[in-house]
This record gives sequence, C-alpha cells and structure tokens, in this order.
Amino acid sequence: MKSFKYSVAKEATGAVRAVSANPAAKFLAGGTNLVDLMKEYVERPSEVVDVSRLNLAQIRETSNGISIGALAKNSDTANHPLVRQNYPLLSMAILAGASAQLRNMATNGGNLMQRTRCQYFYDTAMPCNKREPGSGCGALEGLNRIHAILGYSENCVATYPGDMANALYALDAIIRVRGTNGQDRTIAVQDFHRLPGDMPQKDNNLAHGELIVAIEIPRNNFAAKSYYLKVRDRASYAFALVSVAAALETRGDAIERARVVLGSVAHKPWRSTEAERVLVGKPATVATFEAAAEAALKDAKPLEHNGYKVELGKRSIVLALQRAMSGEVA
Amino acid sequence: MARYIGKEMSRVDGFAKVTGRAKYAAEFKVPNLAYGFIVTSTIGKGTIRSIDTAEASRAPGVIQVLTHENYPKPAPPAAPELKPEENRNVRDRSFRALQSEQIFFNMQPIALVLAESFEQARYAARLVKATYNEEKPMTDLESSLDKARLANPSRPPRPRGNPTEALAAAPVKVEAEYTIPIEHHNPMEPHGAIAFWEGDKLTVFDKTQGVRVVQQHLATSFHIPQANIQVISPFVGGAFGSALRPNYYPALTAMAARVIKRPVKVVYTRQQMFTGHGYRPHTWQKISLGAQADGKLTALIHDSRNNSSNFEDYVENTTGMPRSLYACPNALTSQQFVHTDLSTPAAMRAPGAVSGMFALECAMDELAYALKIDPLELRLVNFSDVDPDSGKPYSSKALRECYRLGAEKFGWKNRTPEPRSMRDGRLLVGWGMATGIWGAFQRPASARVALRVDGTAHVSSATADIGPGTYTVMTLIAAEYLGLPAERVKFELGDTRFPPAPVQGGSFTTASVGSAIYEAAQNIRGRLVELANKEAASPFKTAKIEDTELLDGRLTLRGSSQSVDIFALMRRNNLSELVDVHEAKPSPEREKYATGAHGAQFVEVKVDPATGVVQVTRAIEVTACGKIMNPKTSHSQEIGGVVWGIGMALQEATEVDHRYGRIMNPNLQHYHVPVSADIHEIETMFVEEDDKVVNPLGVKGMGELGMVGIPAAIANAVFHATGKRIRDLPITPDKLL
Amino acid sequence: MDDNQEQQDFDSAEDGSQLSADEERLLDELGLFGVTRREFLGQSTAAVLGTFAFQLLAREEALAALPTAPGAAMAPTPRLENAVRVLLKINGAPQRLEVDSRMALLDLLRERVGLTGTKKGCDQGQCGACTVMVDGRRVLSCLTLAASCEGKDVTTIEGLAKGDQLHPMQAAFIKHDGFQCGYCTPGQICSAVALLQEARNGEASHVTADVRARNRNINLTEEEIKERMSGNICRCGAYPGIVAAIKEVQSGTRTAQTWEFASDERIALAMNPDGKVEVRANEIV
Repeated sequence: MKSFKYSVAKEATGAVRAVSANPAAKFLAGGTNLVDLMKEYVERPSEVVDVSRLNLAQIRETSNGISIGALAKNSDTANHPLVRQNYPLLSMAILAGASAQLRNMATNGGNLMQRTRCQYFYDTAMPCNKREPGSGCGALEGLNRIHAILGYSENCVATYPGDMANALYALDAIIRVRGTNGQDRTIAVQDFHRLPGDMPQKDNNLAHGELIVAIEIPRNNFAAKSYYLKVRDRASYAFALVSVAAALETRGDAIERARVVLGSVAHKPWRSTEAERVLVGKPATVATFEAAAEAALKDAKPLEHNGYKVELGKRSIVLALQRAMSGEVA
Repeated sequence: MARYIGKEMSRVDGFAKVTGRAKYAAEFKVPNLAYGFIVTSTIGKGTIRSIDTAEASRAPGVIQVLTHENYPKPAPPAAPELKPEENRNVRDRSFRALQSEQIFFNMQPIALVLAESFEQARYAARLVKATYNEEKPMTDLESSLDKARLANPSRPPRPRGNPTEALAAAPVKVEAEYTIPIEHHNPMEPHGAIAFWEGDKLTVFDKTQGVRVVQQHLATSFHIPQANIQVISPFVGGAFGSALRPNYYPALTAMAARVIKRPVKVVYTRQQMFTGHGYRPHTWQKISLGAQADGKLTALIHDSRNNSSNFEDYVENTTGMPRSLYACPNALTSQQFVHTDLSTPAAMRAPGAVSGMFALECAMDELAYALKIDPLELRLVNFSDVDPDSGKPYSSKALRECYRLGAEKFGWKNRTPEPRSMRDGRLLVGWGMATGIWGAFQRPASARVALRVDGTAHVSSATADIGPGTYTVMTLIAAEYLGLPAERVKFELGDTRFPPAPVQGGSFTTASVGSAIYEAAQNIRGRLVELANKEAASPFKTAKIEDTELLDGRLTLRGSSQSVDIFALMRRNNLSELVDVHEAKPSPEREKYATGAHGAQFVEVKVDPATGVVQVTRAIEVTACGKIMNPKTSHSQEIGGVVWGIGMALQEATEVDHRYGRIMNPNLQHYHVPVSADIHEIETMFVEEDDKVVNPLGVKGMGELGMVGIPAAIANAVFHATGKRIRDLPITPDKLL
Repeated sequence: MDDNQEQQDFDSAEDGSQLSADEERLLDELGLFGVTRREFLGQSTAAVLGTFAFQLLAREEALAALPTAPGAAMAPTPRLENAVRVLLKINGAPQRLEVDSRMALLDLLRERVGLTGTKKGCDQGQCGACTVMVDGRRVLSCLTLAASCEGKDVTTIEGLAKGDQLHPMQAAFIKHDGFQCGYCTPGQICSAVALLQEARNGEASHVTADVRARNRNINLTEEEIKERMSGNICRCGAYPGIVAAIKEVQSGTRTAQTWEFASDERIALAMNPDGKVEVRANEIV
C-alpha cells in the first residue's frame, strides 16, 4: 500500500473540494473495498479523505418516498423500520450480500462505488483495461465463469458484483451527489453505472471529487410483492453467479407494474425493460414469467466459461417472480 | 475401569484459545524485530533477466532487499555428517527461495524486502522491478495426460490376477473418467516464522506440523548442527498437510535474520499461501470395473495421473487404498505424474485416499445402477475379510458393522433407487453412500514422562497439535496411566528440545506419541513396584507387573485392597521425580496382519432443480477406528472430515490460467470453502474395535478417515437426486442446470 | 458530528459484551454462569486456566531480554510518512498512539499493542478471523484503518473475560467444542457476542422469512445462527459446535448430542436384522 495523507472531513463540501483538488485523492467511507484494493496495489491514492464522520447517515421519510444517507451503514439501512416496511426488496438485497461484519462497515454510497471482483482486475501482474487502460482484457479469453453475458465490450467483460444496487435499480432510486461546484445534482440510478465500452476504467458517471450524499427512493406499491434471489457457489458470504431483484404490482389478476433486474451478468445492474414489458398487463403465471425471462436474456452472448448464466438467469427470473408473488402463481 | 479413556474431555488448551492467549508462531513478541515481505514472480517460466531493487531500497523504513543476486550462499558442509538415524527422515529436496534466476512457477519468491514496519515492507515490495526471459509455461494436466510417467519406471504396476482378461469377460462393465482440480489447504492461520540468531545459535518460531522437520531443513540449509537450532511451535492455526514438508519461508526468514543481524518476521499473505506450500494435485483418473450379474467384482483397473512440479516427482498414492478395499481377484492400479510448471503438490487431508475413493466409490455407484443392485448391498457382496493382495487377515475391520449401522441410523431402507424419485416440496432429494478407508499407522515416537513427588506430572514430546486435540488426548492418556487427575498433568509439545516425534500427519499421532506416553507410564509403574518391593511390607513381591495399576495417586494390586501411596514412597526414597524418556515403536506383530481404519458415510442432499444449488442436509459418519480416546474431540474430527468432504465435493477448486500458468483465485473470495450456512446435520457413530495389534492403546487414526468417503457419497446422492452423474469436481450449480 | 457529541458517544458506547438480566438468569440455569460455571470450569479446564498463558508469558519475558546484536542493520530512513495521531479505547483502556496512515486496526492490535488474540487470516475481509467490536458492533479490523479509529471503543477477545471468569460465550465454545485449531476462534466469539445484541435489536438476516415483520429479542433458529455467522470461516469445520454454543447462550436451547457409541446390542441387531441376536465375541473394554 502506497503511503497517503489521511484527513477527516468535517463537512461534505470541504471533502469534495479536497478530493477535487487532487487527482490522486480518494474518499474513504466504510473502507471494505477501497482498503482491500489499496493493499492489492490496485488503488494507489496519495491522499485519503475520510468522509465516514460526515452527517450523512440519516434515513428519513420524504414527501414522495424515502431518503437514505450515503453514509448510513448497510446494516442500519437494511434494518431501518421504514426500509423493512416499505422497501423490503432493498433490505433483502443488502442482507444477501457480504457478511454481518462487512455490512456493519460498508456504507450505501460506498456500496454503489464497489468495484468489480474480476480476478484479472485484482491481480496487478495480469492485463486489465479497467485497472490499466490499454493493457488488454485478461478475462475475455481467460477464466470467465463469473463474467458478463450482456453489455460487455472487447475491452472489458467484468461484472458489477454488488447486491444493493440491483434493488435500487428495481426501485427507481435517484442518487443525490454533491458536485465539484458545491451544488447538489441528481442522477437516476440506471444512469449511474456505465457499460464498459472503450472506457472500462470508468465504472460510473461521477466526476472525480463528486460525493454521493443520499439515495432517494420514490414511493411505490412493490412492498407486498418483491423478492431478491441470489444464486451462488456457497450458501452465504459469496458473490452471486446470478441474482435477480424482482418487484410486481398487481391489480386483479393482471400485473400492473413490474421490475426485473439481473445482477452479476453485466458491468452494471441489468434492468430488463424487455422483460417488464412482457409482464405488464399479463396475468401472474409461470408462463408469463417464462416469457419475460426469455425476453430478458435474448441478447445474451456468453463467453467460453459462462454459458450457464443464460439458462440460470432465465430460471432465476422465473423463481424470483414466483417468490415475489409468494407462491400465488398458477 | 477407565477414568478418562472413552469419556468426554474438554480441550485442555480451550481456555487459552477462547481468551486469545494461545500464541501462534508469528505472535511472539521479540524485541528489535524487522518485518520481511516476500516479492513473487509475475511469470510462470523462464529466468530473471534483471532485478532492480534500488527504488525499494530507498523507500522509507527499508533495511535491505534480498534477491538471488545477494542471497548468501552457505559455506560447504561444516557440520558433521548426520548419523544414519538422523538421516532417516531427511528427504529434503524441497524448493528453496532466492537460489537462482530460474523461475519454476508463477508467484515464485524472487525477493524479500526487510523493513522497520510491516506497512513499509509491504509497500517497498511493490517497488522491486524484475524483467524476465519468459518461456511458455505448461500447467494443464488434462492436455498432457500422454506425458504421464511412473515415478520409478523400473517398477511397473503389479497386477493382481489377470485384470485385462477378466474385464473383457465381465458380463457387466462400468468405465468412467473422474477429475479433481487443484485444491488448497487454506488453514486459517497463514504460514509464518520469526527467526533470530544468538551467535551461531538459531531460534525459529514456526507454524509447522513437525518441529524436527524444520530443524533438519534449517540444518541442511545453513550447514550447522541440528543442536544449534531450536524450533518452537506451540500452537498451529490449522495445517491439513500444508506444514508437513519444510516450506521455503523458514530458511528465508532465518537467512534474513542472519544478514541483518536482527530478529525477522515473515508471514505469507493469503495469496502467497497458494504457492508457498503444496496443494492437492490436479488428478485425472480412469476406472474400469467388471462384475458378475450377482454384483461380485471380477476386475478393477484404476489409472491415476496427477500433476507435479518440474523439479520434483510427486505422485499421489491415489490407488493404494481403493485397490485393497474389495474382494476383487483381478486388479491393476497405476499411478503416474505429469511435470507441470507449477509448485510441487503436497499431502492434503486424506491425501490420495480421498481422491482415489472418489473415483472408486462413484464407479461402484455407477455399477450398482448398471446391475440394479442397491449400492450398499454391492459393497457387502464384495466385502473382503483379508487384504486381497497379501491375503493377510485384518487385525480388526468392523466395516460391515459400519455399513449396517449406518444404514439403520440413516434409514437407508426407505430409499427409492430411481433418480429424481424423492422430493421435499420443489427440492430434489438424493441419498448416497460411500466407504471410508485409511491406514492404522504407527511411527516411532518418543515422550518424556516425569512423575513428581508433589503429585503432578510433566509430559512432553516434540509433536504438534494442529487442531485434533493432541494436547488434550496426551494429557488424558498420561492421567489415565499415571493414575492422576488430569488437572495435575501438564503436557507440552512443539519444541525441538522435547523428545523426538514424527510430524503430525497420516492420522498417526495418538497411535505413535500416545503409545510412547503409555509405555513410559508403564515403565514408571515398574520402577514404583521395584521401589515398593525394597520395603518389607510390599504387597507386590509376588505380583506380576500386569497385576498392578496406578490409581488416584496409589500403586495398587488389581482385585485387592492393597496399595501404596506413590508419593510417600517417592519421599521415602528421596526422589523428587521419576522420569522416563521412552521411544515407542510399531510392534513386529503388525507384520502378520493387514491393518486399517474403516467407515461408512451416508448423506442426504437437496438440490434446487431451478438453480442447481446443492445442500448437504444430513450426513451420518459411522467409524471403526479402534478405541476412541476422547469422543468429544473425535466427533469434532469426524465433523471436520464431513465439512472438508462438502468443500471438496461442491466448492473447492484452484483455478489456473494456463496461458500464464498463474493461479487466478488465490484468495478466500474466489476459492470457496464451506461457511456455517453450508453445514447441516452431521452425526457420528463410533463402532469400537478391540485391537491391540495396531498399538498398545488400540487406537487408529481418524482425522483423515472421516473425509475419505464424503465426496463420493455426495456425488452419488446428487446423481440420485438429479439423474446427473458429475465426474468432474466440484459440483457447482452450473453443472446441474 | 460536533466534538461534544463525539465525546459523549465515546463515553456511552455500548459494550456489546454486556448481558441482559434475562440472559444472565438463563445462563445461570444452564450452568454456564456463577457457581455452576465455576464447577463446569473445574471439570474441564481449571488445571490449565493459567498454565498455557503463564508458559507463553515466561517465554516472552525471556525474549524481551534478547540483546541487540552488534552490527544490527537499521533502516537509513525509518521515518514514518504520513503519521496520524489517534486516541482510542481498547478493552476499556485509553490508548494514545501515532500510527502510519496505512496501518490497519488489526496490525495496530497485533504489532503495536501486543493484543495478538485478534487474528490475521486473509487480511482482505474474506474470512472474519480479525473480527472485533467497535462501539459494540462487529467489524473486520483488517479493513479498518487504525487512523480512522479516533474516539472509538474497541473490544477484542482479550476484553471479554473478567479475569479468569470467562464470558458465557467463551465457556460455551469450550463446552461444545466449537473450535479445533483455535485460530478463527477469537473472531468467532467476538462475532457471536455481537450477534446477541443484534438479536436483541431484532435485526433481520438473509434467511429471515419476512423482513417486513419486525420483532425485538428474537430467538434465533439454527438456520438464522448459521447465516449470521457465515462471515467467520472455520477451516477445521467446527461449525456445529459453534452453532450449538451460540444457541445455548442466545436462547437457552440445548442441542441434542450428535455422537454415540454403537452398543453391543445395537451392533448385534444391525448385523442380524431378522431378530436372531448374537452378541459379538470380542468384548469391548
């Protein structure tokens, strides 16, 4: 780990100013990903601005939903009464990730900033365009069992590994950011993360120095019918092979609104509006869900070792939708 | 009547472990300590063209950087040649760090940075720059099976009967290939050492399964007498075979300490663990079974090939135990290796046996389906009361009992044989079984037993406790046979100053060291009888030594009320202690018999048909391994074996990118080992055997036995649940879609 | 957060190791406490309560006297770049230290203040061996920068026992053989102790059937304990004992014994299921 200047931020705008002024500066919140990557020499900041003590940890009801502080811990967020009651999908997604210890440390903002778990990204001896632009993609023709099947480019086949963000995509969250000019701006969550294209080094659309201050979720009617499914190589404390955030609102026999987000299949949480279109207006049956699953994966282009993700993704969508309906499915 | 043997005893080191006071190798506080951080190669084969340490050397806190260019070459042998008995265990051709510019494997150590702090050393390690003459590494066993060779070509595989003809003639045949990937031990404690010199005397705190092996390794590395080297290892945070052979870091640490004239600590990172010690090799096996319609095996052909490094010929004994399990008159087994550009494999819990039995016991299940015979019945039909090669009877083999009891306990008779025929809601249920087999080894081992006049005993041996409960069982044995309360016995291990003992491996520690303590206690009892008989009132004058025992601080005559207070007797003879240092050796009686430990494993899996996720919901271990000393810790050993079996069957695989010859998941986020949520009901039943042939205590090893059948039992259960026969471990969800 | 607020939090930070009155009563009944606890320890570990610790201490005392060798090499520039001063509490004792900004809390504990009970297993947040409680909550000390611990209250495994009086969780781990090599044990125990508070708070987990239903003081099922303890890897596989220990301390539920000896009768019956029972000749002693 490279030596760095450490400072504790007293207020958000000052923190933004400090990091903006130094291209090699980084914000530190929970540290669960950044500190690990610094030890691996993947991240090498010369300056670390600790934002963990900023007054940005509140979770409160707003006129049209909920506002969750960027620095609220994952565990506090998952267990907040408002979140558990009105946005259980978010609780479920957070609780599916990592371990109790990590969720006690990790913050919501930091979780959105989590970097890929691609083995080639982590190993500085290997080529990786995300870590070192121009060095090549080690995974493209290498070990890519855990890599992307959708939306990747020749430059990068990494996936976004998190769970919380998949729920946020399903819940139409808005990311509130303190800009480098000191003013807040908002980003719809689906515009937050990027596909790799020819700039895989850029995970998201934040400018250097911009700080996430809050996550806002509008009110919705998904609470009664939502489910987060995570399929992994072991029962807990592992990243997903495939995950699904599913949410439904029904009226009578018909689906009125639907959200289907796939995790660990692309460089960002993969919201399938194609699947959602198939679902809306139809009865909540297994046949409907299967049609939606086909639609979600129809453009999937698996790599050498991850062909299973296509089938697994489809089956996981069906299962998650069934669970969202709590088994009330024909 | 045993006071301790066969009864539950909590671990005597439990208090130290639950309070954090147990000290592991890298935890001893040594003044003026410098920190070493290893730098590893980024290529898999070739030579180092240049290595630039200038920037690293200038970094704050850096004391020195060692590379192959400045690594001192020890002077030629100055020490006297080892005596033959010392030489017995020296087979030390292990990899040593920084000896040349040659790169044998990716992530090979190429430098050691020494600094005032850990943080400074870790950073400067990143500043060491190497350039290479790179060659293409070959690390893929399965693409090079045709390059396999025998370790000793002058001794080709020896058939039993005529297997080829028998197979050709067999009415029912099964032939299949099985592969097991590289697996790593991943003990929770990373390997590490602290070394310092006082003049020409070297002290090393090391994580090891045998302090004497490290001592010998350091003696040959530095050409100094073993007597000048003390190796200390009181607690070991798991090892599972990874600390049996000398690894490269103790000598590297000791050399660094000599160069900078300061104590040095070096600890592997988790990544460095993947090339810093051995691993279970990648194994390809082909099994051909021939049988009669009644299930009787007529032919077994078992071909096993594993990868080794390019500098050592490591062959797993994959076929040894499978060859001797069943009464099959015709058998041919062969074990070969393929040189690869990887580090050398090593023993990993139940080495060879668990790999070979995975193949054999899956093949037996396939045969059972081919024959339409119950898999358990097939095992019973082929049960062998004698070793099929030598014809010798077993000293004990309660395996039939294990099969029957396990079946009863598990409810095997309720199994419907058709795949996919059992369900729990939407989950597919599968029941599978397999056999476990392991040796009942004993190795020469010594212990010192001191019975003190204050009513306590001090017992020591240079053995190790990597987790099975050696501290506890040795305390128990000494207390039992010295007739003292366990609280008054102190047992110490893990120090070369104690009497020599073999490494802790092969599940032979209790048989070996325990026997030494037992026999030493007998000798002390004999001395006490002699002392008593010097006195006129002795009740033992006509008694045979076997008729006496030590009980509650008294020497007593069995079946009578006559006894003598041991400590009063010692006081009358002005003895502050009675000491016996004893080496126990395997009895020649063993030669007349075949020996082994056996068990039967039954497991239930539930498979999600949508996602392919497998849970092992129930496992029954029935074990016949002689006398159970401490059922509490023995049960824990069995549980550990099941957990390891679950890891091997469902999760564990070290992934090598063959383009670079580099391990790509050298961490615990991508190398999966079971977590608590993966583990469900595990029950153990001990079928005790009365077997004084194997050793005087009648114990057989169990630490490895409990794992041996589990991967096959799980794979068989998965087939029963899903109808999919997975022959390529691990059985991850993607393989079941 | 202003300084006063911070100081207040510092003083009132909940010690996760405290037990509620109900729990105390429960544990007393279970024999993990009070007089019964002393008896339990007497049966199992009294003899060695101090011996290991004493032995190791004596060894370290001898090491402390190790003289510096003539000619010992020192770094020409041992200076600490980017030093950070921190004041934190470790097991109740304030510690004022100057640390390298890169130092992890784990290394501060092990290498600076000599508390080696907290273990380094992976140093990457992937095993849980380094679990400690910070302000009463379980966290990974390997991913916590020491510099960020200003004003924090850290509880390690060394801070759980009161003298030789083990915390009930420590006693339960011994009773249920919830470890073998012992290396993951301090992290497991710190994690388990913090888990007690999480259950009191009614926190949900991945296996909670309905996260919308909220209850405080939940009695954790085995499934819940397993999921909540999955951040602590035990390579020896002592999980069933760990779960049994936590279950007993958390809800007072005893776990049925899961091992047995095969009795002669049982063997005879199994070998001859049709009912003709013959007792084996070789008697088991």
